[in-house]
Amino acid sequence: MSVRRGCRLGGKGMNWVVGLRALGALGHRPGAPLYRTIALAIGLFLLLGGMASAAGLADRVFETTLANGLKVLLVEEPKAPVVTVQVWYKVGSRNDPVGKSGISHMLEHMMFKGTPTIGPKQFSLTVQRNGGVDNAHTTADYTAYHTHFAADRVMLGLELEADRMAHLSLEEKEFLPERQVVMEERRLRTEDQPANLLGETVQAMAFLAHPYRWPVIGWMSDIEGYTREDLVRHYRTYYTPNNATLIVAGDIKRDDLLPKIRSLFGHIPRGPEPPKVTTVEPPQRGERRLSVKKDAELPLVLAAYHVPNLAHRDTYALDILAYVLGGGESARLHQRVVYEKQLASYAVAEYSSVHVDRHLFWLSAGLLPGKTAEEVEQALSAEVEGLQREPIADRELQKAKNQIESEFIFAQDSVRGLANWLGAYESVAGWRLLAGYLDGIREVTAADVQRVARQYLTPDNRTVGILIPTKPGVTAEGTRG
Amino acid sequence: MKRQVTGRVRVVLAVAILLCCLASSVVAAPLGQRIVLSNGIVLLVSEKRALPIVTATMSIQAGALLDPPDKPGLANLTAELLRRGTRTRSASQVSEAIEFVGGSLSVEAGHDVTTVSLSVLSRDLDLGLELLADILLHPTFAPEEIQRKVKEVVAAIRRKQEDPGEVSAEAFAALVFPGHPYGRPVEGTEASVAAITRDDLLRFHGAHYRPDGTILAVVGDVSLPDLVRRLEARLSAWRSGRPNFTPPPPPAVLSRPIVRALQRDVTQANINLGHLGVTRDNPDYYAIQVMNYILGGGGIASRLTAKIREEKGWAYDVGSAFIPDKYAGTFSVSLQTKNETAHEAIEAVLAEMRRIREQPVSEAELRDAKAYLTGSFPLRLDTSSKIAGWLAWVEYYNLGLDYVDRYASLINAVTVADIQRVAQRYLHPDRYALAVVADLNKARIKE
Repeated sequence: MSVRRGCRLGGKGMNWVVGLRALGALGHRPGAPLYRTIALAIGLFLLLGGMASAAGLADRVFETTLANGLKVLLVEEPKAPVVTVQVWYKVGSRNDPVGKSGISHMLEHMMFKGTPTIGPKQFSLTVQRNGGVDNAHTTADYTAYHTHFAADRVMLGLELEADRMAHLSLEEKEFLPERQVVMEERRLRTEDQPANLLGETVQAMAFLAHPYRWPVIGWMSDIEGYTREDLVRHYRTYYTPNNATLIVAGDIKRDDLLPKIRSLFGHIPRGPEPPKVTTVEPPQRGERRLSVKKDAELPLVLAAYHVPNLAHRDTYALDILAYVLGGGESARLHQRVVYEKQLASYAVAEYSSVHVDRHLFWLSAGLLPGKTAEEVEQALSAEVEGLQREPIADRELQKAKNQIESEFIFAQDSVRGLANWLGAYESVAGWRLLAGYLDGIREVTAADVQRVARQYLTPDNRTVGILIPTKPGVTAEGTRG
Repeated sequence: MKRQVTGRVRVVLAVAILLCCLASSVVAAPLGQRIVLSNGIVLLVSEKRALPIVTATMSIQAGALLDPPDKPGLANLTAELLRRGTRTRSASQVSEAIEFVGGSLSVEAGHDVTTVSLSVLSRDLDLGLELLADILLHPTFAPEEIQRKVKEVVAAIRRKQEDPGEVSAEAFAALVFPGHPYGRPVEGTEASVAAITRDDLLRFHGAHYRPDGTILAVVGDVSLPDLVRRLEARLSAWRSGRPNFTPPPPPAVLSRPIVRALQRDVTQANINLGHLGVTRDNPDYYAIQVMNYILGGGGIASRLTAKIREEKGWAYDVGSAFIPDKYAGTFSVSLQTKNETAHEAIEAVLAEMRRIREQPVSEAELRDAKAYLTGSFPLRLDTSSKIAGWLAWVEYYNLGLDYVDRYASLINAVTVADIQRVAQRYLHPDRYALAVVADLNKARIKE
């Protein structure tokens, strides 16, 4: 969202999802206070990780590919008079060159800085002048641009996206202050946020070889060292029609729209195939442990296990596993670790499945005062071991399936939600994978859940990080002027 | 954890600030129907049959404003404990029942009201309403549940201290609202929460959880008559009888700048600057919203973002807002910048506040602001939870369901002269509160 909603509306800081706070999408512009941006990112990830297709989805999505390779997905959804125009590029921090971590995210910022046709800063101003809102987000695997309008402004959204796909200016005078902005973004999201700092560090240790080891936003010294030439190279390499997906969803008529899309995007030349990421993370052979010391109040425990992504057949059982452990207050981690043992004020699980390559399954807990990280870690492990020892009850399995199906239905309440997971799936594995998703979920048995718990949630396959709070600061008061 | 309609009413209301940015051209049909139930609940219903889902938002006048002065956090603890056990269901049974059907039921206290949010598939609406009624009418506040929840709340209070943005916002509220409930965090303090007794909770619940003054907005796969029938069956035993409530007197206006600077080992200064604002019934409300869009509410279209982010590169996030709470409003600018540029950024904020007071805005700025505020209406109401929040907001502030039709003309009537007039009247660059959480040695904040 591009317009502020207010400044002093605090979140409670409960139910933080540490892994996703660390790994979730980075937006171009905040518009909302940080905690809410994060909540949206979490929502998106729950949506993407936790649910997917529906019967009939394949019939509702119209797919075509232009001659230049641009994939086009159109969804007619007239229930509200709005439209979302989105372009998803298959480039994220996994494609960042060594020493240039975060360059994909930096480029996302620069995509708002104008073309020869539309001057610097005019992109978003034009959108807002037309009653629209725009934003973008970058993850490890893709970069997405989304503009939402009243349905009658759909052409404007398409024109703007076609223009910046082909003609981004990338001027030095726009780049230099924006690099400072990105450094501020890193300070805001990571440097001064203990939970995110821990998540970033655990991720860096969990991956030895694969570029998932660096953060989406990049290391500070890398950000500081970007040059305009780095951005030009990245743009030319990855921002080609054959590396992108255009999604238009909402109150549209696809037969009207398609010829217009062809004329706006069809002339953009196909680019060379972008280089593939060939690094494969070697199997982890033994537990890795780390600590992060930071000005904070209470310890956190974060454990990350290597797991397959959404294209693997085990993804369905892993989704169920995440719900059994962390799908609400009746889930095992909350029931045992928070409610019964009273060790933590929150304890959650998240499965990061929406990635091109294998990623991580996260367990995290925020301690109650007076408890030790050791006892909380043991309690988390005890829940994992319980799942490995005994199959879950039928009702527990059914609850997780009901939650996933319900999440799916609720996600369709907004056209943005639908477009978001189409774009994410298409960018990492192909949107059609969604069509069989609920069937895959329905077929999961208690034995499957037990098997994936045994196979993946092993101590040798995990990286454990502990946040160790250091002494908080002191207070001074005075008057100004 | 998921899909919970944002509970805290201050958030709901803030979102609704945007919802008041409505144009009438696109949505012609009324968004909802209004009826008063036999026990006084105002029910607003928007029938949407596209999906088999129902989303409900209930606002109860049981917020932290009603905390006894020596018991900050009582309203919040009461709200937090509603789902932790009823006469016929344990805490775990409540959460298991709603989560088994893939629904959600949450309660969150704000300063003005406490909000209960329910989302269920329409086939499970009876179960959802039964649970909603049960936690509202029959919570037990068992001693062991109180002990548990107090520990969780205390941990949350402490963890909030880890977020410099939260610490700054809290310090700012305390400066603007000294001795006023709006100046205290809803959740209270570690000490005040620990001192709350079961009797306190029972008394607060008995006195303030009442149907009169309660607003229930429901959106989705349900009709008004059907819903009335279901609600009367479950909530007719809920009795009116709200105690008299004297709103707290508005706090004193600042006479000079005051600063609270908090030392933390952080890389950024977290800055909140502002003062008292206006309430929703202020006749200048619309001119103020347009003025604020130009100053700092309009994202990239705002002067604060143009100057501090785009030109200087000092901040990722900078903006301003007028928040109209029920009994007093707030104006605030918030930003985060590296410690070293804190001082310059604050000066730039004050310079922009002065400029919009001293010089008329351009016709183009006014035109663009109006175009956004009136044209973005459909986006404000594109999900069930947004519609529910909007209906509750319109009712809470007595705006009337025809507000949608009136909004565009209210905004379009604002002139360049109005902008300057309200800027001069409602922005005070010479007497403001400033809260900064930073590494103070580097931030060079003058005291």
